[in-house]
Amino acid sequence: MNTSQSYLQQQLPSKRSHSFRLLGLIVGILLLVVCSLISLTLGAADISPDVVWRALFAFDGSTNHLIITTVRLPRVLIASAVGAALAVAGSLMQGLTRNALADPGILGISAGAALAVVVSTFFWGSLSVQSYTWIAFAGGTIAAIVVYTLGSVGRNGMTPLKLILAGAVLSYLMSALTTGILILSQRTLDEIRFWLAGSVAGRDLDSLVQVLPYIVVGLIIAFSLSKQITALTLGEDVAKGLGLQIGWVKAIAAVAVVLLAGSAVSLAGPIGFIGLVVPHIVRFWVGVDYRWLLPYAAIWGAMLLSLADLAARLVIKPQELPVGIMTALVGAPFFIYLARRKIKS
Amino acid sequence: MTNSWIVIRTQKSLLSMRIDRRVPWVLLALIIMTLMIMVISIGYGEYPISPLNVIKTILGLSTNNPDYNFVIHTLRLPRVITAFLVGTALAIAGTIMQGLTRNPLAAPEIIGVEAGAGLFAVTIIVLFPSVPVFFLPIAAFTGAFIAAALVYLLAWANGSSPIRLILVGIGVGAIASAFTSVMITFGEISDVSQALVWLAGSVYGRTWEHVQALLPWLILFIPASLLLARELNTLNLGDEIARGLGSRVEWQRGLLLITCVALSGASVAAVGTIGFVGLMAPHLARQLVGNAHEGLVPTSALVGGLIVSFSDLLGRSLFAPIELPCGVVTAAVGAPYFLYLLYRNRNA
Repeated sequence: MNTSQSYLQQQLPSKRSHSFRLLGLIVGILLLVVCSLISLTLGAADISPDVVWRALFAFDGSTNHLIITTVRLPRVLIASAVGAALAVAGSLMQGLTRNALADPGILGISAGAALAVVVSTFFWGSLSVQSYTWIAFAGGTIAAIVVYTLGSVGRNGMTPLKLILAGAVLSYLMSALTTGILILSQRTLDEIRFWLAGSVAGRDLDSLVQVLPYIVVGLIIAFSLSKQITALTLGEDVAKGLGLQIGWVKAIAAVAVVLLAGSAVSLAGPIGFIGLVVPHIVRFWVGVDYRWLLPYAAIWGAMLLSLADLAARLVIKPQELPVGIMTALVGAPFFIYLARRKIKS
Repeated sequence: MTNSWIVIRTQKSLLSMRIDRRVPWVLLALIIMTLMIMVISIGYGEYPISPLNVIKTILGLSTNNPDYNFVIHTLRLPRVITAFLVGTALAIAGTIMQGLTRNPLAAPEIIGVEAGAGLFAVTIIVLFPSVPVFFLPIAAFTGAFIAAALVYLLAWANGSSPIRLILVGIGVGAIASAFTSVMITFGEISDVSQALVWLAGSVYGRTWEHVQALLPWLILFIPASLLLARELNTLNLGDEIARGLGSRVEWQRGLLLITCVALSGASVAAVGTIGFVGLMAPHLARQLVGNAHEGLVPTSALVGGLIVSFSDLLGRSLFAPIELPCGVVTAAVGAPYFLYLLYRNRNA
C-alpha cells in the first residue's frame, strides 16, 4: 500500500511541454547515432571515422571494411535492439506491477528463458536461432507466470518484497539447474557457454534479422497500449473508473513483455538491470506518461547497452568483458539505491 | 508445564538453559541417521565397500583387504566429514540469521553474505593460486563480513527494516557475483576451472587439509552459538522488550552477527556456495523441537549436517558416473521449499 502511494507521489505529471519532449526525443536519436558511430570506430583495432564511413557506403573489401561490416556493425545493431527491447520490457513491468524494482532479469524471466534454451540444447542438440527464440519465449513465459502468481498471492496482494524474493529464488533455482545440466553434458556446455555469458559479441546479422520481427511486434503492442498503462499506474480502481478492462490490458502487456524480453535473451543471453535502470532515468525527463516514456526508454535503452558494450570492450583492451557484467556493476548499485529510497519499512 | 522442559544449570551461572524434552531424543535420532548416511556414503563409489568393512576400517579393526585403509582414510572419510561439518555450520548461520531478522525467509545466501565470501575466495584462488588452503577461510570470512556490514549499513535508515535488508542484500549479492564473473573471465584457465568447481558448491576431492582449515572456526563459533542461543529468544520478542528484559541488544546482535558470518564464511571457504541449507534446516528443526533457540540451534545443526551429507550422496549416485555438485542438489530441493515458504507466509 504504502509503497504504491509513495511511488505515485513521485510520479506527478510532468509540466514539460510537448515540443520540449519532442526535442528530447530527437536529441536522444542523434545521441544514439553518435554512440553507434563511436562504437564502430573503437575496439581491439581502432578504425578512423572516415574509414567507417566508407565501409558503410563505399565498401571495398579491405580488412578494416570487413571488420566494420561483419563484426562491429552487427554488434552495434544487436546491442541497440536488445537494449531497446529490455528497456521497454522493464518499463512495462514497472507499470504493470507498480513496482519500482521490476526488471526482466530480477523477476527471473531471463533465467527462465536461459534454462529453457539449455534444456532443449541438452535434449535436441544445436538449434536454429528461430527455435531458440520460441523456446526462450516459452521459458520466459513460464517463469513470469510462476513469479507473478507467487508474488501476488496472499491478503496484501502483490508486494515488492514477495515479487522480488520469488524472482530471486526462482532465478537461483534455474541457474542451479542450468549448472547441473552443463556439468552433466560437456557437449551442451560447449554449444551454449558463449551465449550464457550474456554478450552481444560474435552474433551475425542473420540472427538479428530472424528475431527482429518479434521485437517489432512487441514494441508495437507496447506503444499501442501506452495510454492504458498510464491509466493503470494510477491504481487499479482509477483505471477501472476510467472504463479500462484491466484483465485484458494486463494480459496483452504481459505478452509484449515476454516477446521483448524473450527476444532479447535469445539474441544476447541473460543481460540484467537495463530494464531496471532505463525507465527511472527516462521518468526523470518525461514523467509517467507512457506515450512518451516508452519511446524514450527504447532509445535510451539502446544507447545504454551500446555504451555498456563499448565499455566492456575498452576497459581491459585487447580482451573484453561480457556486457552482462558491465550492466550488473552499474545496475546493482542503482537497485540498492532504489530499495533504500522507495521501500519504507 | 514442568514436564515438557529439561533445565540445565551449572553452579556458577555461566551456563543456564532450558530445553524442550523432545530435544535429546530428536538429537539422538538425527545422529544415528547421519552416521548411517555417512557409512553408506563412504562405502559407495567406483570401488564399493560393504558397510561392515567401512565400520571395521574406521574403528581400526583388521579387514581382509589392505586397499580399504587407503580408500577410506585418505579419499572418502575427509570428504564425508567436510560435508557434515559444512552442513552444521550453514544451518547454525541460517538459524541465527532468521532469529536476528525475525524473518523466516532470511538466509545467508539470500542476503549476499555467501556471494561476498565467494568473491574473496575466488579472487584468492585466481590471483594468488599458490596461497595455502588454510588461508581461504580467512579470505572468505573477510568477504562475508564486508558483505554483511555493507548490507547492514546500506539497509539502515532510522533503524533496520527486514524488507530493506533483504532487498539490499539481493543487490549486494548481484554486485559480488558480477565481480566474481570478472575474476572467472580473466584468470588463468587452470585456476579458473578450479574456482568454478569450487563455486558450484562441491565437496569433491576434499582432504584432511580442508577439514583442518575448517575445524578451528567451528570449534570456536559453534559453542559460541549455543551459548548465545538464549539471547536469540529475547531478541525475538523485539528490541524494546529485549531491552526491558535487561538485554544489551546492540552488543548481543553484534556478537550473533559475527558468529553467523564466521560460520558461513568458513563453510563457503571449504566447499563453495551450497545454497538453501541455512534456509531449510532451521524450518525443519522448528517442526521437530519448536521455537526455543537453546534446543533449536543444535537440532538445526544436525539437520543441516544430514541434509548436506545426503545431498552429496544423491549428487554422486543420481547420474553416476557423473557427479553433480551437492550445491546443485540442495538448490534443486531448497529453492522450491523456499517458494513454498513464501506461499505459506503470503499474508505476512
